[in-house]
Amino acid sequence: MLENAYLIPIYPLLAFVIIIFATRWKEKLSSAISIAAILVAVIHSIFVMIAVIGRHGVPFELSVPFIEHPLISLETGIFIDPLTAVMLLVVTIVSGCVQIYSLGYMHGDPRWSRYFSYLSLFTFSMLGLVVANNFFMIFIFWELVGLTSYLLIGFWFEKDSASDAGKKAFITTRIGDLGFIIGILLLATYAGTLNYQEVFTKVADGAVPVGVLTMIGIFIFCGAVGKSAQFPLHVWLPDAMEGPTPVSALIHAATMVAAGVYLVARSMTLFVGSAEAAMTVAVIGLITSFMAASIALVQNDIKRVLAYSTVSQLGYMIMALGLYGFDVAKDPHSHSVGYFAGTFHLMTHAFFKALLFLGAGSVIHAVHTNDIQEMGGLSKKMKITSLTFFIASLSIAGIFPLSGFWSKDEIVAATLGHPVFMFFTLLIAFITAFYMFRLCFLTFTGKPRNQERFDHAHESPKTMTMPLMFLAFLSVFAGWVGMPWLSHGFSSFVYTGELQHHGPNYIVMLVSTIVAVSGIGLAYTVYFKKKISADVLMEKFKPLYTLLLNKYYFDEIYDKVIIKPLLAFTRMMWWSDANIIDGLVNFVGWFTIKWADAKMLFDKYIIDGAVNGAGTVCMAASWLFKYVQNGSVQFYTLVVITSAVGVIIYKVTPEGFVYYFIGVVVVALARFLMKMNRPEEGNVETEPEG
Amino acid sequence: METFDYNLKLIIPEMFLFVWALVVIVFDISSKRRNSDSVGYLTMAGLAITAVLLYNFHGGISFNNMFSSDILALFFKVIFLGSAFMAVGSSFGLASDKIKNHRGEYYGLILFSTVGMMFLSSSNELISLYVGLELTTIPLFVLAAFYKDKKTSVEAGMKYLIVGAFSSAVLLYGLSLLYGFTGTTDLTMIKINLSLLFLSAGKIGPGLILAIVMIIAGISFKLALVPFHMWAPDVYQGAPTPITAFLSVGSKAAGVVAFARIFVHGLIAFVDPVMKPLDWGIIVAVMAAAAMVVGNITALRQHNIKRMLAYSSIAQVGYLMIGMVAVSELGIASVGFYMFMYLFANMGAFAVATIFEDKTGSSSISSYKGLSKSAPALSACMAIFLLSLTGIPPLGGFAAKYIVFAAGIQAGYYWLVILGLLTSVVALYYYANVIKTMYFSDGNSDLKINIHPAARLVLVIGVIGVIIFGIYPEPILNFAMESAALFALP
Repeated sequence: MLENAYLIPIYPLLAFVIIIFATRWKEKLSSAISIAAILVAVIHSIFVMIAVIGRHGVPFELSVPFIEHPLISLETGIFIDPLTAVMLLVVTIVSGCVQIYSLGYMHGDPRWSRYFSYLSLFTFSMLGLVVANNFFMIFIFWELVGLTSYLLIGFWFEKDSASDAGKKAFITTRIGDLGFIIGILLLATYAGTLNYQEVFTKVADGAVPVGVLTMIGIFIFCGAVGKSAQFPLHVWLPDAMEGPTPVSALIHAATMVAAGVYLVARSMTLFVGSAEAAMTVAVIGLITSFMAASIALVQNDIKRVLAYSTVSQLGYMIMALGLYGFDVAKDPHSHSVGYFAGTFHLMTHAFFKALLFLGAGSVIHAVHTNDIQEMGGLSKKMKITSLTFFIASLSIAGIFPLSGFWSKDEIVAATLGHPVFMFFTLLIAFITAFYMFRLCFLTFTGKPRNQERFDHAHESPKTMTMPLMFLAFLSVFAGWVGMPWLSHGFSSFVYTGELQHHGPNYIVMLVSTIVAVSGIGLAYTVYFKKKISADVLMEKFKPLYTLLLNKYYFDEIYDKVIIKPLLAFTRMMWWSDANIIDGLVNFVGWFTIKWADAKMLFDKYIIDGAVNGAGTVCMAASWLFKYVQNGSVQFYTLVVITSAVGVIIYKVTPEGFVYYFIGVVVVALARFLMKMNRPEEGNVETEPEG
Repeated sequence: METFDYNLKLIIPEMFLFVWALVVIVFDISSKRRNSDSVGYLTMAGLAITAVLLYNFHGGISFNNMFSSDILALFFKVIFLGSAFMAVGSSFGLASDKIKNHRGEYYGLILFSTVGMMFLSSSNELISLYVGLELTTIPLFVLAAFYKDKKTSVEAGMKYLIVGAFSSAVLLYGLSLLYGFTGTTDLTMIKINLSLLFLSAGKIGPGLILAIVMIIAGISFKLALVPFHMWAPDVYQGAPTPITAFLSVGSKAAGVVAFARIFVHGLIAFVDPVMKPLDWGIIVAVMAAAAMVVGNITALRQHNIKRMLAYSSIAQVGYLMIGMVAVSELGIASVGFYMFMYLFANMGAFAVATIFEDKTGSSSISSYKGLSKSAPALSACMAIFLLSLTGIPPLGGFAAKYIVFAAGIQAGYYWLVILGLLTSVVALYYYANVIKTMYFSDGNSDLKINIHPAARLVLVIGVIGVIIFGIYPEPILNFAMESAALFALP
């Protein structure tokens, strides 16, 4: 199963190809093919997981040379270690759930088959990204997921906002990708290879100078910043919510945005080699996490709240990974749990965040709005949706014993020894619990604030609730594999560097539980019991509220600082194109014509003259030679004797030859003049020219 | 002179061909001149058998160093036999029509001349060389005048006889001077004696200059090198076309081999500029340059295809002599190789002219108008031959010119090579003019031309030779290199 693990990405690719080229017109068949492919991939991934567990951490690699060159060899291949195996399972399971869910959600969409083919293409790209064994391959799939993300965000391209969001996502992530490829090229230059294991071996041996390593780390992290929507390139992710909600769940919550985290985890050796790069990662993660969480507090669009929550949680993971890198860079025998925490949270988050999005999708499907101010009391009508949504919220808030508890707990544990990080991490945990339950209470409890929508609402069909329930199950139990009491749990499965087993830290557990419960309690007080009026709070913190509502004005700042000047600059360039460049071009054109005219004269008289002149000279010489050939044998022998005598004279006395030559020429001329009109004799041609 | 050694085995091919010539004549008479084709086929068979004999009996020296059956001789004998074969093959039209009462003599004389060439190429000594030359030339006088009712043909024979006799006299005078200086007619001994003479006396007087110039002039007649070329156009135009072809290839090749034997072997010491004013290299180089210029430029204005080809052959000898004056192994090899490629292309072109003339009675270029419509295969052959003569890759002429120029550059004759390149451009004009006339001018398109099988064979040999050896010159070039190694040149 491991040997042919390369087939896992191939299944959805085949589905994509079949749908696009063959079954596009049969909608039911298309979706069936897509789902069948992903289910096969899920099963295969489970087998791969079993095989990987059996290998006790020894990675499996399969590589085929792609381009052989003395400077660098590129290869294509798969690299499967525990991290890959986990990612494979996460991606295939979430993708499977989302595709089944889409059967209900996308019901009646005119581009049904295309939607499923895109989902298959995305799944292929994401799986390819995960199994790639070198930076070259990962970059290719990295770009492919970017492309499919663009296609799916703008899936309803009739809406301007959707197509704009697609462009924004594509361009913004592309800025990060530029850094990524610079990093890859630097790596290729300094390490001479792009294969993960070879690169990491070389870096671990110190083949790359630390300064360069810092640069490479930060550049590669740029890619993660773009893809995982980290500060300052986070602006695209909330807008990406314009895409269909299942797409948001799959791409912009569970898998693609986690690719950045995966990249950082995969390249951990680089960050371990450079404490500066690692600290940069941690700081960016913390800033992102806090900023996004604070924005999520005040948003009223259900999907945007979740989007900022996603950004915040991704920041969490990144921070944990960065702190791990920093700690290990400082002390190779450090007992930091950051790596385990980041990857573990990546997995648990994928499940509960996908569940939240799908739940939100279910709600939107019912009430046809994203605005939570128009919802309320929906738990009465949507039992399954509300129940699963609450489970996911508890999970993300970190309530024992849901999966989010275990992973968040480890992230807090990872900040041990960094007081500032720890303070903010706990603060973010508090904020997260608060805004998630604000969302829950506003959506599902209380009185309906929009009666018309409420009346219209209904529970979603089975195809949508089944995945919800399945994911709810995972949101509860998936985290149990990482329980600190397990001696062979997640922490001893996915690790880098030395295998470290950590016992439970009860203080951390207690503190984080208190923080989460108090966050939920505050939300309960404000939005359920309404002991404290939200409006009063809003008034009290008016400037802060406005700042958060406007998302720290990031879009406006980018608009003012980058987009406006860029547009002004392009307008200026356009003006200069229209006037200066075109003027220059027109002048050059005019000048060229004039110059060509001049050259034509030159060609006509000088060049053609020379060519024709050469021809004329040849023809004239020809006439002369022909005239000399007069058909008289006596003359022929005369020429012979004259020439022979001439050569002899030349050889004996070169000076005498001059006189001889002049004499011959004079005699010849005289003869020529005398006999010019004499008719030619013999075989000399008399035919007219023609 | 101790013992006169003679190894008759070595001259079996020549003796056979001589006897065969008599057989051809007798056969024609005894068959009452009825079988128009069989005489020709008999002649061709004789040439083929001679080639086989040649393959079996060669290698060695006989008749006290007078006859040297070496590899150089072998190489040129192949060319002689080839040109005779192709000339005979293209003569069937005339044989059945214009010369029907003298077929035996016609073919027999060609064979006699071939025998002369073969003796000439093997002679390593002045007297046998001279005799070979005469044996080559005298039958050609007769052949040139073979249309005895035609004024131009008789005139051609007459002019060739007078100029030929004159040149023979000049050559003989030069040879006797050389004998006077060295006391021997053996070329190897001449080489040694001249070196000794030069070493002992310090210098050799102007008498040797006279000898060198005389010999150059005499052989240049055979080669039609400018300014000793003037007989060639008149004779070429007047003579029966296959004889013109034979003259332009076979007799030229004979001149080339005689030149190589005397100068590159016997007078090798006098090519060095240190030997000034005795060096013959510069004289020949200037003559080659003049040949390229005069031959190519005069050809521009010709309206008769035979006369045009005559001038073109004058120019071709100019190119060929670049290899000769290079006086290196590559140079001599390039001369041989050039001659070989020239054999195919020139014999082929003349064969087309013969076939066309037999049918239409015209050898004017303008009468070739629209030939590509009425006789596409014939036109295609002609185009290939002319393009090869121009030196267009991938045909044989290109490879030949390339190697000759390479030899010239190797020897430092840059000016000669540049002149060769420039005049090649001029040459393209008149060769392409024929192709243009055949392909792009409208003309008599209901002309029916039936090509005799023998002539067809000649065309096929020519086309295959030009194309195959143009693409893959290796075997011929190696053969030529081997034969050139004989002179032990640098």
